[in-house]
Amino acid sequence: MLLQVNNVSKSYAGAQSSICAVNNVSLQISKGEFVAVQGPSGCGKSTLLLIAGALLKPDSGVVLVDGQDPYALNPDTRAGFRARTIGFVFQQFHLVPYLSVLDNVLAPALAVPGNAAETRDRALQLIERFGLSDRSQHVPAKLSTGERQRAAMARALLNQPKLILADEPTGNLDHQNADALLGYLAEFAIGGGTVLLVTHDDRAVAHAKRVIHLQHGEVAEPIVS
Amino acid sequence: MTVWRLAVREILHRKLSFLMGVISVTTAVACLVGAQTLLRADRVITGHLLEQKQTEVEQSIAAKESVVKQAGADLEDAMRKHMLGLGFNILILPKEQSRSELLLNGMTATMPESYVDKLGQSNIVTVNHLLPSVTRRVLWPEQNREVILIGTRGEVPIQHRALKKPLLEEVAEGKMVIGHEIQKELELKVGDTVTFQKQEFTISAVHPERGSTDDVTIWMNLRQAQELLGMQNLINAILALECDCAGDRISAIRAEIEAILPGTQVIEKYSQALARAEARSKAKESAESALEQEKKSGQATLLREKLGRDQLEQQHTGFAAVLVPLVLAGSAVTIFLLALANARQRTEEIGILRAVGLKSQQIILVFLSKATLIGCAGALLGIGLGFWIGWGLGGLSGTGLAWQQLFATGNLLQTIVAAPVLAIALTGIASWVPALLAAQQDPAVVLQGG
Repeated sequence: MLLQVNNVSKSYAGAQSSICAVNNVSLQISKGEFVAVQGPSGCGKSTLLLIAGALLKPDSGVVLVDGQDPYALNPDTRAGFRARTIGFVFQQFHLVPYLSVLDNVLAPALAVPGNAAETRDRALQLIERFGLSDRSQHVPAKLSTGERQRAAMARALLNQPKLILADEPTGNLDHQNADALLGYLAEFAIGGGTVLLVTHDDRAVAHAKRVIHLQHGEVAEPIVS
Repeated sequence: MTVWRLAVREILHRKLSFLMGVISVTTAVACLVGAQTLLRADRVITGHLLEQKQTEVEQSIAAKESVVKQAGADLEDAMRKHMLGLGFNILILPKEQSRSELLLNGMTATMPESYVDKLGQSNIVTVNHLLPSVTRRVLWPEQNREVILIGTRGEVPIQHRALKKPLLEEVAEGKMVIGHEIQKELELKVGDTVTFQKQEFTISAVHPERGSTDDVTIWMNLRQAQELLGMQNLINAILALECDCAGDRISAIRAEIEAILPGTQVIEKYSQALARAEARSKAKESAESALEQEKKSGQATLLREKLGRDQLEQQHTGFAAVLVPLVLAGSAVTIFLLALANARQRTEEIGILRAVGLKSQQIILVFLSKATLIGCAGALLGIGLGFWIGWGLGGLSGTGLAWQQLFATGNLLQTIVAAPVLAIALTGIASWVPALLAAQQDPAVVLQGG
C-alpha cells in the first residue's frame, strides 16, 4: 500500500461546538491506483486530502505514506518527506505570483537537494510536456487558467513523487483543459504513480479506478468503476 | 532556483515595499554617517580656525614686538641724548682732587692722559663712553673776559666691545665750540674766526642756553688746550657716559674703576642721570609689559575661539547623540512593520512553498535575504547621502573643506565601513520576528482558504 489511512478523525473548533470534518475514515490505496473521492461540499474531502498529504495532523488515527507515518516526523523533516513523496494540484493552482512558470515548477526543488542542472532539465521537459514551452518565462498572471493548472501539474511532478493529491483540479477549467488534466493524472497512474483525486466532477470519476464516496465526514460506500 | 532568486523576484514584484524599506534604512544610515561626518568636519574646521587665529595672533605679536623694539630703540636713543644734555654720569678724578676745591674753583688736580687709554684697554663693563678732558677757568685776553676752557679729544673706544655710536664728536684742531652766553655777549656765530691767546679758532658750533656753566664755556681740541694751559699729556678728569648706574650700581662702578686706576676717585655727576636711567629701565619694562599684554590678549582670543568651537561641537554631539538613536530606532520599527506587513501579504505563497516542502529555515532565509538586500541598498545610499549632507553642513562655515581632510584622522572611515554591517544587522533583527511568524504559518490553513 502506498497510502494507508486508518481510523482517521479530524474536528475543527467552531463558535459553539467542534465540527467533525472527518470521522473515523479508513482507506488504502495501492501503488499505481487512481482513486477519486466524491461527495457534497463540506463532507470532509479536502480535509481528508490534507491529512493524507501530511499537511494536517489528524486528531486520531494513523496515516502511512509509502510506509512512513509523516506525523511522526518533525515539521521540517515532514516537509522534506512531503517534497520528495507527494505532489499537490489545487483548484486555485496556488502558483507563486511573481515567479515565472519555470521558477514555479522549480520551487519544490528548493526542498530537495540535487543537481541543479538536472533539475532544471527535468523542469523544462515537464514544461514542454504540458505545452508551456513558450510560456516558461511568463508569470501566472499572464497565463490562462488551463495553463496555470498545467504549470501546477508540472510543479507537482518535478520531484518525481509517488503520490499526487489533487483537490478539485478541474474546478476552474473548461472541459477541454479539464480532460487534458485528468488525462495527465491518469498517465501518471499508468506510469506507476498513485493519484488521490477529490472532486465534484463526474467526468473525473470516469478516469478513476476506484471512487470513495464521502458523506458527513465518513466513507459512505465504495464504488468500483 | 535558489532562495536568493526567490527573494529578488519578490522584491521586483513588490517594489514599493522594498523601496520603503530602503528609504527607512537610508534615513538611519544617512543620519549616522551624516552626524559623524559633521562632527568630524567640526573638528577639522576647528583645527583650521584655531590655526588661522594662532597665525594671526603670532603675526600681531610679531608686529607688536617689532613696534616695541623700534620704540625701545627710539627711547634709548632719546635717553642717550637726554643724558648727554644732562652732562656726565660719572667723573673719574685724581685721588688728590678735593671735592670742596672742585666745587669752589673747579678741577685743580691732574693725572696722566694715559689713564684713559688704560681704561679703554681694560675689560670694564659698567661704562659705555670715555671722554678725557682738561678744564680750567682762564682769561680770554683778546676779549678781556673769563671763560671756562675745556679741552676734549672725543671718545676713547673701549676695545673689548663693539664700537658704539659716539655721543660726542671730537672738537677738531683749530675749531671751537662756545656756550650760549659767550655767543650772545660777543655776538658770534658759527663760522666766525676768533683769536684765543694768540691762536686762531673757527666757531664750529654754538650750544643753546643750558642755564649752567656750559653757557660760559668754550670747548676745543684736547691737545691744543693742553698746550695753551701748559698741561701736555695731563688731564683733569675722565668723563664716563651712559654708566650702567641704575639702582645701587654706582658702588660697583667705583670698585671696578678703582681696581683699574688705583690713583683715582669716582663721583656721581648728577642725580638726574640716575633718575633718567631708572626711567629708561621703566620705559623698557613698560614696553615689555605692553608686549606681554598683547600676548595675553592673543591667548585670550584663541581661548575664546576654542571655547566657542568646543561649544558648537558639544551642541552637535548632543544633537547627534539624541537624533541618531531615535532615527535608528524609528528605522528599526519601520522595517519591523514593513516586514510584518510583507509576511501577512505573502501568507498564501508562504503556505504554498511550505506545502511543496520548503523548511521553516528556508522561509526565514527568504525574509532575511530580502532584509540583507534592503540593508545593503539602504547603507550604500545612506552613506552617500549622509556624507554629502555632513560635508555640506560642515562647509557652511565658509571654510574650504576638502573631503579628504575628513578621513585624515578620526573614525569616520570606520563608521562608513561599519555602516553596512549595522544596516544589515538592523534590518535582520527587525525582520527576524516577522520571518519567524511567516515560517510558523500552517500551510493547511492557507490551502483551506483560512
